[in-house]
Amino acid sequence: MTDRVINWFKYASPQTFYPLAGKLIPWFWALAALFGIAGLVIGFLIAPTDAQQGEGYRIIFLHVPASWMSMFLYLVMAFWAGIGLAFNIRLSGMMASALAPTGALFAFLSLWTGALWGKPMWGTWWVWDARLTSELILLFLYIGFIALQAAIDDPRRADKAGAILALVGVVNIPIIYFSVKWWNTLHQGASVSLTKAPSMAAMMLWGMLLCALGCWMYSIAVGLMRVRAIMLERERHTDWVRELLAGKE
Amino acid sequence: MLILLRAVIGRDLRLAMRRQADIVAAAFFFIIVVSLFPLGVGPEPDQLRRMAPGVLWVAALLATMLSLPRLFADDHRDGTLEQLALAPQPLALIVLGKVIAHWLVAGLPLVVLAPVLGIQFDLSQDALAVLTVSLLIGTPALSGIGAIGAALTLGVRGGGVLLSLLVLPLYIPVLIFGAGAVDATVSGLGPQAHLSLLGALALGGVFFAPWPTAAALRVALE
Amino acid sequence: MLEASNLECVRGERSLFADVSFRLDGGEMLYLQGTNGSGKTSLLRMLCALTPAVSGEILWRGTPIGKLGEEFRSQLCYLGHQNAIKEELTPLENLLSAARLAQAALDEDAALDALALVGLRGREDLACRYLSQGQKRRAALARLVNEKRPLWVLDEPYVALDPAAVELVAGLIGAHLQAGGLAVLTTHQTVAVPAGAVRGLWLGDGDATQRSR
Repeated sequence: MTDRVINWFKYASPQTFYPLAGKLIPWFWALAALFGIAGLVIGFLIAPTDAQQGEGYRIIFLHVPASWMSMFLYLVMAFWAGIGLAFNIRLSGMMASALAPTGALFAFLSLWTGALWGKPMWGTWWVWDARLTSELILLFLYIGFIALQAAIDDPRRADKAGAILALVGVVNIPIIYFSVKWWNTLHQGASVSLTKAPSMAAMMLWGMLLCALGCWMYSIAVGLMRVRAIMLERERHTDWVRELLAGKE
Repeated sequence: MLILLRAVIGRDLRLAMRRQADIVAAAFFFIIVVSLFPLGVGPEPDQLRRMAPGVLWVAALLATMLSLPRLFADDHRDGTLEQLALAPQPLALIVLGKVIAHWLVAGLPLVVLAPVLGIQFDLSQDALAVLTVSLLIGTPALSGIGAIGAALTLGVRGGGVLLSLLVLPLYIPVLIFGAGAVDATVSGLGPQAHLSLLGALALGGVFFAPWPTAAALRVALE
Repeated sequence: MLEASNLECVRGERSLFADVSFRLDGGEMLYLQGTNGSGKTSLLRMLCALTPAVSGEILWRGTPIGKLGEEFRSQLCYLGHQNAIKEELTPLENLLSAARLAQAALDEDAALDALALVGLRGREDLACRYLSQGQKRRAALARLVNEKRPLWVLDEPYVALDPAAVELVAGLIGAHLQAGGLAVLTTHQTVAVPAGAVRGLWLGDGDATQRSR
């Protein structure tokens, strides 16, 4: 047990995490490509055509994993932010800032693919559906987080302020989702549910899961790359970064 | 504890009274925004009646946003905030006092003005009453949640715009239940469910928001 | 009573000072001197637990001040670079509301006496925005007259004051030290304080040296 505890704290220092992340990144890229290609092949070539929605439904292989990731990444981000705030670990704050753009990207993708799907399904690009509306608000929350961190010059203060915002956001997300759902049912009754296609064939599910795994791996790979860049930027005056850069030249 | 709360509220109210122009300006902003809508969408009474709850509530959100940046900025600039942070009491309690004072100065005038503006939109008497009650219950939540944003953007470049970016998404539930209560009355459903949810949000907003606000203020003071 | 060890301060990406250590007991005063930007104000804010130290710790009666929290804050009187004076309020209102927020008992007569002592007699009911820079500083310093807390942390208390007022403030600090209090202050003027032991601490060039006089 004690070994493990020591190891964890060892990797919490940017100096030791940097090379470790460097080694892991290619693996996650490879896995992302593998899962992504497999998922897309199943989704676009093997999975059967949907009886009701025709070929258009195939966008769920992008849409659903993107929505999942956007929500999940906010939780992960808030988790790292909270850890950073509670234990004052530099790396946690960097992780939170590294994940935010990826989360925002997924939220945006989810909205975009949702609109593309909505056009053939509902006949309009945008419907004030509870899920789409919540996703839009989630995108606002991501943008708020990124904008707040960008506006504060001192990285330590930016991390802490961002962490408080992320935690407040996490508490609020269920409330927002619930209120939007309530609002939605009152105003337009039940709408076509995006995720529960009437009969989900096993192949569709597999395709979706593989795509989701691909998105996971992609998020980890990109998150690690970004965290490495943040480390170099923030710690550029420390000895280890100087040595590293000197060694490369 | 109550003595401190009273001291903070008393001080902030006294300061607000010395700067009445600010209160009046925010109130007029509310009136103007609400009055612009009929000019924008046309004077058909039916349409106006349907829009009224949403318009009044959105205007209330915006009017609150207008007064939020000054919640801590003045104290920050003249060093009073440091003294507040060094008081031998939890900072969250002082924040609570400031939130209450902010509501009395910025929220309560909106509640008082709302029924008058509602008449412009041809709302029925019931709907006017529910609108007023929903604002009375909901505006404290706006002050509470807004305080978090005000503290986070304290002394930050472009703080005012950033503040709205951070706070407005968090206001959405209040907007939904507040405007929803009036809608429900108009459509004959009864506003109780909306109002009690709004009350829960207000309680949560006023009593939980001071903690993250206090944490954000300490970060801003570092 | 107040003990600091190996304090380090980083502002932005620059280390202002490192390895600052000192110890201060009852009746002692610490004169903090240094060039502009050497971190004097930052050190004072660390001593108030407003800014966390990057490394090192500060003990009050043997306990880290971060752990003491409110208990420490109730022992502390901080006068910052800014006056913490509300321009809209009168000196009397400012003094009374500051006392109320600090949970100190101060009645109006005592407040009026304090204001008279710092030379603001006749200005009690004038909004502070009509006061001069020096008068505002005096209004801020009026807090010290009835201040009973053991640790005073004063950032440039003499700035903008005329010689008579400097004398007066030095007298207040002297009386505080004589009563067993502690004081930490930054200043560019060397002013003799009538009582108490004086220590000096020089900040600058990234390292600090302590010298006693």
